[in-house]
Amino acid sequence: MNTGSQLIKNNFRVEKLPHIWCPGCGHGILMRAVTEAIENLNLDKKKVCIVSGIGCSSRAPGYMDFNTLHTTHGRALAFATGIKLAKPELKVIVITGDGDCTAIGGNHLIHAARRNIDITTIVFNNNIYGMTGGQYSPTTPKNEFGTTAPFGNIDKAFDVCKLADGAGATYVARGTAYHVKQLIKLVEKGINNKGFSLIDAISICPTYYGRKNKKGLAVDMMNYLKDNAVDVKAVKKFQKEILEDKFVIGEFKNTTEPEYTDEYNKILEKVKHLHK
Amino acid sequence: MNKRQIKLMQGNEACVEGALAAGIKFYAGYPITPSTEIAELCAEKLPQVGGKFIQMEDEIAGIAATIGGSLTGLKSMTATSGPGFSLKQENIGYAALAEIPCVIVNVQRAGPSTGLPTAPSQGDIMQAKWGTHGDHPVIALSPTSVRETYDLTIKAFNFSEKYRTPVILLLDEIIGHMREKVEIPNSDEIEIIDRLKPSVEDADEYMAYKPKKGELVPPMAAFGEGFNFHVTGLMHDDFGFPTNDANISDQLLRRIMKKIDNNVNDITMYEEEFMEDAEFLVLAYGGTYRSARSAVKKARLLGYKVGLFKALTIWPFPEKRIREISNKIKKILVPEMNLGQYVLEVERVVKNESEVHHLGKVNGEAITPEEILSKIREVL
Repeated sequence: MNTGSQLIKNNFRVEKLPHIWCPGCGHGILMRAVTEAIENLNLDKKKVCIVSGIGCSSRAPGYMDFNTLHTTHGRALAFATGIKLAKPELKVIVITGDGDCTAIGGNHLIHAARRNIDITTIVFNNNIYGMTGGQYSPTTPKNEFGTTAPFGNIDKAFDVCKLADGAGATYVARGTAYHVKQLIKLVEKGINNKGFSLIDAISICPTYYGRKNKKGLAVDMMNYLKDNAVDVKAVKKFQKEILEDKFVIGEFKNTTEPEYTDEYNKILEKVKHLHK
Repeated sequence: MNKRQIKLMQGNEACVEGALAAGIKFYAGYPITPSTEIAELCAEKLPQVGGKFIQMEDEIAGIAATIGGSLTGLKSMTATSGPGFSLKQENIGYAALAEIPCVIVNVQRAGPSTGLPTAPSQGDIMQAKWGTHGDHPVIALSPTSVRETYDLTIKAFNFSEKYRTPVILLLDEIIGHMREKVEIPNSDEIEIIDRLKPSVEDADEYMAYKPKKGELVPPMAAFGEGFNFHVTGLMHDDFGFPTNDANISDQLLRRIMKKIDNNVNDITMYEEEFMEDAEFLVLAYGGTYRSARSAVKKARLLGYKVGLFKALTIWPFPEKRIREISNKIKKILVPEMNLGQYVLEVERVVKNESEVHHLGKVNGEAITPEEILSKIREVL
């Protein structure tokens, strides 16, 4: 049996593959990019913990050969916060989806960002609830369709990056399943950031989002990512009207602020003299 | 032997002291009356023993982070009251299926909904057993005094570690906020149980959900120790990987139920008094037990042959003993601060052997000894 490249052998539970995702789904590319970032950073596999919620995205950790936790819907960041505070030496990475992270888990997202706890969150954003069959999510664009928006979605979509930025994340970036090399770098920088990092990783869902919105086949959807992503560094070159139908990728924020578990350690130091 | 420390303590405080004695190192929770003192004291005391405290953004996050803390190997606890207990239910089921030890304290207040936030209740008895969806193992304990709160908190940790399962500690506002003199046992008098861990040599072949032959509880590794295992709330195989297989799912659920069912003698705690010649029985638990005891003593003085049964373990129900008792007891009275919850279990178990009566109160006031005595006189 062909078990794939060395990267796969090193980082995956090969016997659990193939994965459950549909043909053409972008999640496999994103999952591989995350492991490639981990490998490039030469992290100790025993100290990497990957946490997910519920949904298509959240099945990823099961295939990945680290300390892996598949939690309840929306709660990945809350579980991850417990893990990180309890054992700060772990590198905690959260893999979540647009619904998992910004709808049912929105409260945990803003508070993890506010605390600036050293967790790297990668949102596998496919603009739809895939696992339940194509309902609109908080990142489904306005006027597009889902099984629960048969006449068009009237909700305004979240910009996940602006949300994380506003809530206090210290590293914020967006990549796509097409711009893989860039995505790997963004994940690496997110992991290296000592604080809360969020990478909005745009995926494609040909089965539901694509089909409901006549976006064509997987290749067409990949081409859409290629043709409509504008790097943040190049935004100034474009006229406003041209940018209207585009989306911006790249690094939006990279700052340093006190990190939560460091701050807690200071409390531990402060009360050390009281230790029994 | 060292002299035991004597302290004037509140029930919620005794809970924290018991948790510290049991080895708690992690607490995550959300403020809610009447349990908040538990969070406040953990915030103050945990850093002093090198432990961690975090106030989370909501009740759900409180238990989620608690489970996360336990996965790193730390003994972990969260505390709440009615509305928060409702919110925590999904993740209690998660901890049961994923077999992650933790203690959930519910200082019961009058419900439903926001109800009477500062008033006592025993309205969450059935919720403690059936609150989360699906069949699942449940251990729930309920103390009747401040000292028992200390002891049962230690027991709750011990059971959770021993059986790799969440344990619910049901206080009520009476016990949580009552102050009593407590004689604190010395550490050498306390039994502490830690979870069974796999040996490091087994890391490559480690199966997080495979018990040793003839056993029911698999050894539990912690995240970051080199075992790299998977944990999920889906039905899973011995490795912890999700499965839809009917046989594996059936075996898994039956095994986690057996952890409790096969060990009821270890888990079931109760006390009996005035039973030698008893023809009638008052069965009580939690804060209500205190009034029941007072009432039974008065009834004895009046010549009624009344016995008293104190249930410390609420779940599993002390089925075997209640069935035995029902063979010689004519009538059983169950006073409780709800409209009939634990009494249903008594009825189920005694069938028609004894006549079962209920005294319920849900106005936010404690059941008084006089009310129980008058009910005794009425039904006996």
